[in-house]
Amino acid sequence: MTSPDRFRGLPLGSLHLALELEIPSDIRYIERVVEMVARQCEQLAYSTRQVSLNVPVALTEALSNAILRGNREHIAKRVQVRCDVNRERLVLEVVDEGTGFDLAECLVDATSPENLVREDGRGLFLMAQLMDRVERFANHGNVVRLTMRRHD
Amino acid sequence: MSFALRKQGDVVVVDVEGQLIVGNRQELKQKVLDELERGEKKFLIDFSQTGYIDSSGLGVLVSLSKKIREQGGELRLANLNDDLKTLFELTKLDTLFQIADTRERALESF
Repeated sequence: MTSPDRFRGLPLGSLHLALELEIPSDIRYIERVVEMVARQCEQLAYSTRQVSLNVPVALTEALSNAILRGNREHIAKRVQVRCDVNRERLVLEVVDEGTGFDLAECLVDATSPENLVREDGRGLFLMAQLMDRVERFANHGNVVRLTMRRHD
Repeated sequence: MSFALRKQGDVVVVDVEGQLIVGNRQELKQKVLDELERGEKKFLIDFSQTGYIDSSGLGVLVSLSKKIREQGGELRLANLNDDLKTLFELTKLDTLFQIADTRERALESF
């Protein structure tokens, strides 16, 4: 996406974009949410890899965990997504209505010989690999917070 | 996002258009398993038109690779862009699959 010419040269340093979304527990919404968040990062000149790999994959993992595990696909249960992005870093929060999980316990090394051939178990691993920080806590719901510093 | 299957010689070539993620991975799995059941043995999945793949998409590839091998068949992957290569390297799945740079090379490798 390109900015109109009249905006060229305008410093991006002080820009701050925020986005709040709420979706039903339906995995068909994932791609749309990912597209909206990736576009915010693109606007603030995050690297191509961050826009096309890190953000889409990590956010897809967080959303599918929230929908499938947290809310167990109960359509009436909602998933909230908060995106807060500036030139320095992206902070994403995905909130579901589940009971939560122990991050340290659930995070396994997906590359170990016994896990490499498994069909599942790569979600949290990928989030941890693609983001600078992954946190989980309770705050009016089960929150997964992903933080990533911007690269040029 | 969609999957196009066509036969090239004795190889079933699958083009993954768009994302391979939690919302559509079952569709890919079923289409390939149907062909396997019909007796097809050689499969090539081409990612030249693929955006990104999530953990469940990767999981389906692992599962299909196993099922195809169990039936005496072979699976090759081709045309991973730099992002997808990174994803396979991060998960070390590049060690589990036979990955070719181009569709032609993949077809020759059977």
